[in-house]
Amino acid sequence: MKIRPFRLTMSVLAIMIPTALMAVIILLALYSFDAIRFNGLAFLFGQHWDLGNLYMDPVKTRGLMVPHGATYGVLVFIVGTLLSSGIAILIAVPVSIGCAIFIAEAVPARFRPYFSMLVELVAVVPSVLIGLWGISVLVPLIAHVIAPGMSAVLGFIPFFSTAGGGGSGLGLLAASLVLALMITPIIATTLLDSLQQVPREIKESAFALGATHFEVVRGAMMPMVRNTLIGGIVLGLGRALGETMAVLMVSGGAINYLPHTIFTPISTIASFIVTQLDSAEQDPTGMAVKSLAEIALVLFIITLIVNGLARLLARRFNNVRSA
Amino acid sequence: MSAALDMHSSLAGPDLGPRRRLYSAIGWGLCSFAFLLIAAPLIDIVWVVVSKGLSAFSWTLFTTVTNGTSGGLLNAITGTILLSGGALIIAVPIGVGAGIYLSEYGNNNLGAVIRFLSDVLTGTPSIVLGYFSYITFVITLGWQFSALAGMITLAIMIVPYLARISELALRGVPNTVREATFALGAKDPTVVFKIVLPSAFPGVLTGILLALAISVGETAPLIYTAGWSNFLWNGKFTHEPVGYLTFVIWNFINQPFESAHALAFAAAFLVMLVVLIINVGVRVAIRKRSFA
Repeated sequence: MKIRPFRLTMSVLAIMIPTALMAVIILLALYSFDAIRFNGLAFLFGQHWDLGNLYMDPVKTRGLMVPHGATYGVLVFIVGTLLSSGIAILIAVPVSIGCAIFIAEAVPARFRPYFSMLVELVAVVPSVLIGLWGISVLVPLIAHVIAPGMSAVLGFIPFFSTAGGGGSGLGLLAASLVLALMITPIIATTLLDSLQQVPREIKESAFALGATHFEVVRGAMMPMVRNTLIGGIVLGLGRALGETMAVLMVSGGAINYLPHTIFTPISTIASFIVTQLDSAEQDPTGMAVKSLAEIALVLFIITLIVNGLARLLARRFNNVRSA
Repeated sequence: MSAALDMHSSLAGPDLGPRRRLYSAIGWGLCSFAFLLIAAPLIDIVWVVVSKGLSAFSWTLFTTVTNGTSGGLLNAITGTILLSGGALIIAVPIGVGAGIYLSEYGNNNLGAVIRFLSDVLTGTPSIVLGYFSYITFVITLGWQFSALAGMITLAIMIVPYLARISELALRGVPNTVREATFALGAKDPTVVFKIVLPSAFPGVLTGILLALAISVGETAPLIYTAGWSNFLWNGKFTHEPVGYLTFVIWNFINQPFESAHALAFAAAFLVMLVVLIINVGVRVAIRKRSFA
């Protein structure tokens, strides 16, 4: 085969992308190898993250030098991640649907681009700015208005009661709300695109049957975009699981206990990695840094599964559409 | 079809029961409320950042470096420019090159694999990339917190975006243009660099600008790689931490001092200005072009 230098150069540049991804996976796995060996399955199911006594001589445990009394359990952070993302999805889905319907059907076509641009802009606001707004506006609002209000109305359910503390406003609810704000535009714009692609004939047939405009949207249009909606939700979930700064700033940074109400402070995997940097560096055996690499690997695998699912759903949808 | 007219005519229809009318009215009410729920926070974010950011504004922000949690932002501003600029210098050749490959030669299995893995990289949490760079560059290679580690991390983040947007832009150039150039006896590099890339330049530039906006607003991957410094960058790419604006926002808002909060909001104002100007500008330009 003739060597074509230009094509070769471009393909080398292109292959650098998969190479970078593979390097991330392999180097994280290699680096956390000792930690995986030391922690075993207790890593995923333990609730206790303790760096051990960093001032005593390290002891040999399971063939590895670790600080005395060190245990690394990340169940609390896995639960915090899944719970905050799950609640965020529960909030974001109805809001996204309403928002997409409003822009696609109620806004005059002339103004539609401006409305959809407004929603798109929410998605590009940097995470740290959302977090800043969360601390200065949302958290006080939760502490003084939303938490007492929810507790008064729904307080008979223990999960919604402030009786167990958590009156600072920092916690699971704040984290879920900022996540919901960040993923709503993703779901809404995906849905908006496909609502605008619903064939005119479908809408006209429904109108001809005497349906009101809202009944047309609900009965004729929404069933047609259901698959896109599911794809958008999974995409949003992928973003929520890995979100770091906004969650870090409003979640309260809890360690070593599981949330028992919606107002309890939490940590997610991503926010925990950031908060642990300084303390983990103090560990002379390096096991804390390696365990953090393991938890980063866990987060990576979770998002990989979720994003893979999103792609699979998108492909199925495309097949259905072209069939 | 005017949506407003439809709504009106269907609501005014003669044989609608009061239940269906009420049901529709509540439905539309909830939909507009949903839009408000998403628009109001954005407007409030802009309002809070602009009002508090402007009241913290002064020329000393641009002339002095941070001193503990007070002083100016000169070190952070230059640091952000350095990190984002460096990331672009690394990422643009790779991203645009990958875009050229995917668009010109990528209709094969290798192209499909690269596209898929590039999407996976886009979906990777930024903190995971940050931690990867931390163990690789900062610890294993011994660079310590440094500008180069931060730049490479940001570059890994934005390369997949650049590749995807460049590919789309290049694919938008009609094949007849390529054929005409080949017919004149031109070789691949001439066709791509002299004809296809210039025609697709606005699209590629859009990608570069959006990548710049992403890297200016990014925080998490830099905490583990660039670190933080109160001093101006001294020209060293390794073994020397650098400051950046998003660190000020995150870290200083948690300090108990008024001066720290003022700096955090001033930094937030600068970051938001860059991100919003780029994003709004790009969208307006795209709209204008699609109508021309």
